[in-house]
Amino acid sequence: MSATIETNHQNLKDNLVQVNQLVKHFPVTQGLIIERQIGAVKAVDGISFNIAKGETLGMVGESGCGKTTAGRTMLGLYPITSGSVRISGIEVNKAPKQDMMTIRRKAQMIFQDPYGSLNPRWTVSGIIGEPIRVHKLMKNTKERDERVHELMLLVGLSPRLINRFPHEFSGGQRQRIGIARALASEPEFIVCDEPISALDVSIQAQVVNLLEDLQDKFGLTYLFIAHDLSMVRHICDRVAVMYLGVIVELAERDELYENPLHPYAVALLSAVPIPDPKKDRSRQRIILTGDVPSPINPPSGCRFHPRCPLAIKICSEVQPEWREAAPSHWVACHVV
Amino acid sequence: MEHNPLLEVTDLRTRFHIAEGTVYAVNGVSFRAGEGETLAVVGESGCGKSVTMMSVMRLIPIPPGEIASGQALFRQRDLFKITENEMEHVRGKEMAMIFQDPMTALNPVLTIGRQIGEALRVHLGMNDQQAQDRATDLLAQVGIPDPARRLTEYPHQFSGGMRQRAMIAMSLACAPSLLIADEPTTALDVTIQAQIIELVKRLRDELGMAIIWITHDLGVVAGLAERVNVMYSGFIVEEAVVDDIYENPLHPYTLALLEALPRVDRRRDRRLHSIPGAPPNLLVAPHGCPFAPRCERVIERCKVENPTLELVAPHHKIACWVDVTTGKPR
Repeated sequence: MSATIETNHQNLKDNLVQVNQLVKHFPVTQGLIIERQIGAVKAVDGISFNIAKGETLGMVGESGCGKTTAGRTMLGLYPITSGSVRISGIEVNKAPKQDMMTIRRKAQMIFQDPYGSLNPRWTVSGIIGEPIRVHKLMKNTKERDERVHELMLLVGLSPRLINRFPHEFSGGQRQRIGIARALASEPEFIVCDEPISALDVSIQAQVVNLLEDLQDKFGLTYLFIAHDLSMVRHICDRVAVMYLGVIVELAERDELYENPLHPYAVALLSAVPIPDPKKDRSRQRIILTGDVPSPINPPSGCRFHPRCPLAIKICSEVQPEWREAAPSHWVACHVV
Repeated sequence: MEHNPLLEVTDLRTRFHIAEGTVYAVNGVSFRAGEGETLAVVGESGCGKSVTMMSVMRLIPIPPGEIASGQALFRQRDLFKITENEMEHVRGKEMAMIFQDPMTALNPVLTIGRQIGEALRVHLGMNDQQAQDRATDLLAQVGIPDPARRLTEYPHQFSGGMRQRAMIAMSLACAPSLLIADEPTTALDVTIQAQIIELVKRLRDELGMAIIWITHDLGVVAGLAERVNVMYSGFIVEEAVVDDIYENPLHPYTLALLEALPRVDRRRDRRLHSIPGAPPNLLVAPHGCPFAPRCERVIERCKVENPTLELVAPHHKIACWVDVTTGKPR
């Protein structure tokens, strides 16, 4: 990976996705008849990064850290509170309607739950054919069916199953249907939101290998959101670690896993089980105490300071700046 | 590492009779767990790992369930022969179970204190005050801060990790000699998972109880278990001490599972090894080796005859016709 994909180089041509100070707050309201806002869930609170064309950026963090909200907001599925997201130069949710349609075609999403994300009343043909219909990519029904056929073969499903309903498929097959649907509009960028965490181990490898093959074939760019840190190391080029709505560390894969800097990243990596009994027994684990605090009232200064083993006085007062600690290795921490 | 026998299950077969036919969930499973031993049961969804332990606890609804054969000796007593009343004494008091989803396992309309106290009142005959004092101790023991106040709260006021701690406190109420943990960390984040595993290890060492840890995650049990049973399609296919399972797996399924796992501690050196196909349909009575359709080392014999679990090395049993190291029939 070249040094061109650094977070501060905002306008490089090969950055397909540019996220700048993205903020997404959900209002918390009180009162039934006269609703008034009493606060906000600060789900995403100012994140910036770029994703180069053909790259896979991993986004990891515990549940509630805002990684899913970040992915959805980037595609315009939620209104943006502030900041900006550009996909192939088009600004999400600000661009004219026609340009937004282009983004909706070029940027797609694969969801975590292969059960909840497919309409149970639609056949496979309807589900995979929907983006083709919406974006008017084929002239007639016959052409559309041929395209669905082709997409099913591409993701390893037998086209004989084209008129079946989602409940007739296993979890892994359903995830393949979801992938085929995402590919139907010939996207350049796909947000994969925990695409394998609902699947069995033996099926996870199948789906991950499929995602890699498709990336090679079509030059796709992925944002891979996951909590499985082992899989993220396997599939991603660079990895961003999120905590309570902010990115605390961002680096190339092996650099992050071998030299994590932020105390949260260190603790997170040390908690991942290793399928090797001798190594696992001899490892030094950093057990974090307590749970992730509420994003309604995040801690002052560095958000991790109440759970941080290295916290000093300044950590509770000043938000640490985002700095490049080593080439292409970014971190927000006062101590390291 | 030798333990006195605590639980000995022989030829357990559990089926479910449903509208679509008969589900062959557990197909002749035999294993033992010693006093104070930690045994892991590993397998994918539908392999029968949970149904096996639910059958032993007699928590399978009958009908549609049926325990077609088998014996489950717990301290020389056959759990399938005693009355429901006697079983209620075993459950909770001598063996306890914790589940994957503590939110559905806890009663949402009762306080945590009430739920922990119930076992103490029923099994140990404590009065309300005694039960409350003991429940406070238990919550403190599992690392919940401010336990006296937490006792008066309801499950929805607890976070996921806290709920699992409360479940563990409840299961420990009567100091059982066997704790069955059914994927207790699957719904939790890795940092919370690490907390719960440390907690269970500490309690095991302090209280000397045996643990049967059911999971699909080979990573989680590596640092926790002494012995591992690998299950597939209602059969135990490999049984060995923990180091042998990871360093010297002898069943093609175990080997394939380990190769399908990416490693957090290693640089990527290859594509993931994926296992083709999907687990078998349990509605079809098993014929031949259940893994044969997905197995890379399959030979003719595998398709017609199901291998039984046999000792092939010290403390190491597998059910396979093929020697994985040479690829030739054994």
